[in-house]
Amino acid sequence: MNFLSLFVLLPLLMILALFLARNRKQVLGIMVTGSTLLVVLSAYLAYLYTAARGNGATDPMLFTASLSWFKPLNIRYAVGVDGVSVVMLCLTSLIVFTGTFVSWKMAPLTKEFFLWYCLLATGVFGFFITIDLFAMFLFYETALIPMYLLIGVWGTGRKEYSAMKLTLMLMGSSMILLVGILGIYFSSGATSMNILDIVRTPIPLEQQYLFFTLTFFGFGVLGALFPFHSWSPDGHASAPTAVSMLHAGVLMKLGGYGCFRVAISLMPEAAAQLSPLFLVLTAIGVVYGAFAAIRQTDLKYINAYSSVSHCNLVLFAILMLTQTALTGAVLQMLSHGLITALFFALIGMIYGRTHTRLITEMGGLMKIMPFLGVSFVIAGLANIGVPGLSGFVAEMTIFVGAFENNGLLHRILTIAAVTSIVIGAVYILRTIGKFLYGPLQNPEHTKLGDARWYERLAVIMLIAGIVYLGSFPTGISDMINDSFGNLLQAVKN
Amino acid sequence: MEYTLLILLLPLASFVLLGLLSNRLNHKTSGVVGTGVLLLVTLLSFYAAWNYFTTQKAGGVFQSLLPFNIPWLGMGPQLHIDLGILLDPISVMMLVVISTVSLMVHIYSLGYMKGEKGFQRYYAFLSLFTFSMMGLVLSTNIFQMYIFWELVGVSSYLLIGFYYTKPEAVAASKKAFIVTRFADMFFLIGILVLSYYTQTFDFGALTSGNTALFQQALSITFMGASALVWAMALIFIGAAGKSAMFPLHIWLPDAMEGPTPVSALIHAATMVVAGVYLVARLFPVYVVFTPEVLEGIAYVGAFTSMFAAVIAMVQTDIKRVLAFSTISQIGFMMVALGVSKFEGHGGLGYMASMFHLFTHAMFKALLFLGAGSVIHAVHSNEMSKMGGLRKHMPVTHWTFLIACLAIAGIPPFSGFFSKDEILAATYQYNTGLGIWMTFVAGLTAFYIFRLYFSIFWGKENRYEHHTPHESPRTMTFPLIFLAAVTLLGGFIPFGNFVTADRSEYTIHIDWLIAVISIVVAVEAIFIAGMRYQYPGRRLKKMPSLLQGFNRAAQHRFYVDEIYLFVTKKILFNGISRAFAWFDRHVVDGFINGLASVTGWVSVKIRGLQSGEIQWYAFVFLLGTLLITALFLFI
Amino acid sequence: MGEFLINNTGDAVPVMAYQLVSLIMFFAGIYGFFTRKNLMMMLIAVELILNAADINFAVFNRYLYPGQMDGMFFALFTIAIAACETAVAIAIIINVYRNFGNADVDNLKKMKG
Repeated sequence: MNFLSLFVLLPLLMILALFLARNRKQVLGIMVTGSTLLVVLSAYLAYLYTAARGNGATDPMLFTASLSWFKPLNIRYAVGVDGVSVVMLCLTSLIVFTGTFVSWKMAPLTKEFFLWYCLLATGVFGFFITIDLFAMFLFYETALIPMYLLIGVWGTGRKEYSAMKLTLMLMGSSMILLVGILGIYFSSGATSMNILDIVRTPIPLEQQYLFFTLTFFGFGVLGALFPFHSWSPDGHASAPTAVSMLHAGVLMKLGGYGCFRVAISLMPEAAAQLSPLFLVLTAIGVVYGAFAAIRQTDLKYINAYSSVSHCNLVLFAILMLTQTALTGAVLQMLSHGLITALFFALIGMIYGRTHTRLITEMGGLMKIMPFLGVSFVIAGLANIGVPGLSGFVAEMTIFVGAFENNGLLHRILTIAAVTSIVIGAVYILRTIGKFLYGPLQNPEHTKLGDARWYERLAVIMLIAGIVYLGSFPTGISDMINDSFGNLLQAVKN
Repeated sequence: MEYTLLILLLPLASFVLLGLLSNRLNHKTSGVVGTGVLLLVTLLSFYAAWNYFTTQKAGGVFQSLLPFNIPWLGMGPQLHIDLGILLDPISVMMLVVISTVSLMVHIYSLGYMKGEKGFQRYYAFLSLFTFSMMGLVLSTNIFQMYIFWELVGVSSYLLIGFYYTKPEAVAASKKAFIVTRFADMFFLIGILVLSYYTQTFDFGALTSGNTALFQQALSITFMGASALVWAMALIFIGAAGKSAMFPLHIWLPDAMEGPTPVSALIHAATMVVAGVYLVARLFPVYVVFTPEVLEGIAYVGAFTSMFAAVIAMVQTDIKRVLAFSTISQIGFMMVALGVSKFEGHGGLGYMASMFHLFTHAMFKALLFLGAGSVIHAVHSNEMSKMGGLRKHMPVTHWTFLIACLAIAGIPPFSGFFSKDEILAATYQYNTGLGIWMTFVAGLTAFYIFRLYFSIFWGKENRYEHHTPHESPRTMTFPLIFLAAVTLLGGFIPFGNFVTADRSEYTIHIDWLIAVISIVVAVEAIFIAGMRYQYPGRRLKKMPSLLQGFNRAAQHRFYVDEIYLFVTKKILFNGISRAFAWFDRHVVDGFINGLASVTGWVSVKIRGLQSGEIQWYAFVFLLGTLLITALFLFI
Repeated sequence: MGEFLINNTGDAVPVMAYQLVSLIMFFAGIYGFFTRKNLMMMLIAVELILNAADINFAVFNRYLYPGQMDGMFFALFTIAIAACETAVAIAIIINVYRNFGNADVDNLKKMKG
């Protein structure tokens, strides 16, 4: 048992503590303490990781440990991290932390809400720390189930429909994923389901074709792969704020991370061969999501389609199979996680005041809630890739990386994807112009207040993350960059 | 010269400070902080210029200096984005231009924006803009330039939309950002192509004339042109977007919705010439490796300058006139770059372009600030609301006149010298182009004096608010200062400092061309005076053909309408709505269809589960018999 | 058990006779179970089926493994189970009767999908 398991234990302890909590104050106390500890833990991990790499540790995964879990099938609870997982863990803990503050006034059933919220966090953290295929799958499923309840019980609008659709589509894809994972295990002939073992025993190419498709598709659906993204706009729109944040910010990243960790890393040869097919889908998704966002009038739908566009960009970058593009993909996951969490947080706060999310029913809110307005503008600018904010770093790394792949199809698709920076500007500026700027539309809105302290704290934390990543990307980018050596060697061969 | 780093850091610090504290500071403090910081930056810039031009010359050639350069973001094995400072003649020249105009605008705004809500925000944005623009000109590599290129775009967006409760301002800021973003997309693709084949972003490497670097880019062709031609053409599209070249000029006139000092700073003197600066920066690549693109640049510039000048003749909003005038003048600069060669006398165009950039920045800023002063007094942008103001606003009147004479190209004002060099360069290249540009110069003189006479002469209007009066000292000081620069700027031996090959070049005036252009200008001024000085006079009716043309020009030749048609009708209503519909009905419909098929099937199947125990038993028996039969017979 | 049942040599009663009885009982039970609507009658039919099975147990044990008693025990076992089952079933049937006023099997369709 090494300290990485704390990432799973801590949320589980929080769940236990929540069972015992008697009132709202205690619930919030537990949540704040626990999520703060998680943030500290992930910062400490990042520090340890950089220090270890600095001291010349060259293993693909650091801090590994392995525990037999189910002997007959060689399922082990194996943990370990590389640069990619470290940044994803940092992102997750930050969003769990801010999500807690955003749900400060959560009612009814506060305790139960946070219970499921912690279980969701457990699944996500577990997914990022394990390097055993089956344990990964298990944590993935752990993260899905609470989603259903969180949306179905605490959501808004057509919540039952959305929750059902989301769960069924993701369950369906995870069924395909399971087949893929088992296929990988059995065709590789490895002695365990540990990724590090499977990498050492290459999978025959004929099997790779099938299982690459299955696993990429399985994880891709969670990463909003076009045209299997339709669970995400409805899901996001119906979910309560903190869940939207965690969902779009982290859970969708599970898809991209899984595609990278399982589909691409274990079967690079098949990936190189089959990537054009999926590239076309993702490139369509990038442009399509952006165009679809232009027509929306509901703030959450706008951001949801924007997420579809950006998450497809992640998959697009992963499929480009160059070091820079992969770095860009991870940066984009990180950046989009922060930006979209900020967006959903702000949308939730604004909705909590105006009780509408339709931009046609709002106007001139900047004057009334300057803090939220300015933060929204910052989020918008980050989303369209303004330098100094995280979106720029991620997108540019992706585009430069995508251009390293010099197939003609890759070029054309890259240029198609680049157009999204313009379309993105259109829908973001349109949104901002409609509901923040201009004259006040609803005189009732003058009575509304600006952000409270707990809201400000969450928003400022996220903005700080966005600015840090956008202004000082070197450290993070290097940390991610270290993790692709072996993989790219395999692609070249 | 590491202290140049402060030129970047000071405005950034000022932006962060003013931005974070915004409402906690009172108006006066924030204004003083912003202006004070800029004064410091200006002093530093001037010192840096003096220092650079006196010390960094080796063998008659100015050397590039990299006082500061750090890697910022690695991109693969060889590519990396650096952030740094590059000092060479054009960047140092731009430092002087930007800091001077920016300082004047800061001082001017103390008076102009007095009492406006969001005064602190305004100064914060001004600082942000100054930072970004300085970063842009000091860039050591093309990607750094792209970074700051985007940042100036954002600051421009924020400043145009400063009056965010006004729908026109919001729409204008949106339009400006999206149109330039559209152009930036091509710029980005150009950078990607260029950097892929050369494996460097660095200006030093790109402009060193190293043929081996471009070997690959030149050898690979796509649709009949080499990759390098594509890259450089795409980069020029980016430049054309920022510099408002036809057909990407549509955002600039609308950008006049911003506060007037902002128009003076961003949309006249500094940001809009970024495109010219970019072409000048990459000039060695253009002129040696892709002369065909350079030729294209010349024709785009020539067409734009004529196009914008014609529109400027009939606009009635004084800021719009100045906006189109800016487009036209930038066209001049582009033409000059386009016709230039690299070395010696052939490099005249490059020098002329930079010279014109310098003088234009000063007199156009002056024109805008003067216009701002008038608007401040009259509370309107419309020419018809003005007239006879020369008695009420003597300082504004005289400084404005100096600027008008400068732009019209009357000696000894600065515009004469720079424009004359441009005309000389175009004649050198191609007589037809020379005549075309001379004609444009005539139009320039006409429209600017139409403006001048309509504002300061003619019948005095009855002013609704109060009798117009001269602006406060904070506003007139920048006018006087800039007028002084305009008066004397032409005598700067510009060729000694900025040339294409960086060795000294002595300016001499080609008197034949000069006399022709002066005659044309004076003629044009005379006509303008005849028509607009005393508007009571009966004007000859225009022929109907010309009237149609006139109307088209007033509507800016319907370019905006075409754009509107394409974006609104085709992109938003066509593609976007189709996509949204597709998503709701096909993609979602498929999923929902799947769900309803499942539901339908289960409704059908559940009939079997009738609850009749005897029926179940019967089926059970049949099943048993069947299995028995199977075992028996197979 | 009584010696008179043991008949290894003579075959006075052929095994077919026992089979015939049990077959008739079994199908009579099946028929009753399918056709009777009254729960009580269905229960009796089930008992018939069970008893037919019991006869088979006893007979085959007798004829095939005369030295062993396994079949006999199974038969006894089944009788015991049948008794319990009948007790439970009758309890349910009485409740059905109380609720519906009769003991028809068609009443019990509430659980259908």
